[in-house]
Amino acid sequence: MVKWMLKQDESLDRVFHALADSSRRNMVERLSAGPASVTELARPLPMTLAAVVQHVQVLEAAGLVRTEKVGRVRRCEINLDTLRPVDRWIAERRAMWGRAFGQLGSVLGQPPSAHPDRDPRSAP
Amino acid sequence: MTDRSVTHTTFVIERSYPVAPSTVFGAFSDPELKERWFTMPPDWVDTEHTLDFRVGGRETNRGGPVGGPVHLFDARYQDIVENERIVYAYDLHLDEQRISVSLATIELAGVGSGTRMTFTEQGAFLDGLEGPAEREHGTNLMVDALGAALETGMGGP
Repeated sequence: MVKWMLKQDESLDRVFHALADSSRRNMVERLSAGPASVTELARPLPMTLAAVVQHVQVLEAAGLVRTEKVGRVRRCEINLDTLRPVDRWIAERRAMWGRAFGQLGSVLGQPPSAHPDRDPRSAP
Repeated sequence: MTDRSVTHTTFVIERSYPVAPSTVFGAFSDPELKERWFTMPPDWVDTEHTLDFRVGGRETNRGGPVGGPVHLFDARYQDIVENERIVYAYDLHLDEQRISVSLATIELAGVGSGTRMTFTEQGAFLDGLEGPAEREHGTNLMVDALGAALETGMGGP
């Protein structure tokens, strides 16, 4: 039991460490609107791609973000499993509307890359 | 799940589009245009969309992943101000379970030659909020920290 609690503490430490950095919070905010590649995460941030990769690794180690290699692209998404159900629902709802409004942008003739707040899942 | 619970929440999503408010409004009011963007994911099945865009009119959007629950979006338009504002109440069902009832407000504002759209959802999320004990235990702190992080700067580019 004590061992289990210590393990819990360690995972909390990782989460707080991960969220103590404003760049990483920025990435979590971005991913709450939908999945993105590492390159897309890096775009608004004044740092190198390598630095972004390191930040993503910290978020992944904390269980906040999940990544998957799709072809040559590393795709990142919020790890909804770590959220309470209600937070997960809100995140899912935001993602639902985020996806729809990204598609709306495409319908309105907006080039997907023109908007920093777009949802990459709507990209053709 | 027999536990009854309601959690109220509000969130805001903002988007800018490089077209006039009337064009954005048209994408909400014209069933054919709306069909092109308010869709279920492409791999979902048995999808069906209906739109009766007028105050008191209804919109439904139904479908689900193969082998997964049927999602039903069921809305009623409460207020429409052409090119400016749309308010609708909607509930979302997973199979037979109503999981939320929400009020959605869309505000359109002309900015230069483009439009700034503000989407505000005020929702009552129903039941099913009790997770496994191990999820509740110890993760609350973490989730609160994450929630605080998400709320900073939420809802805007």
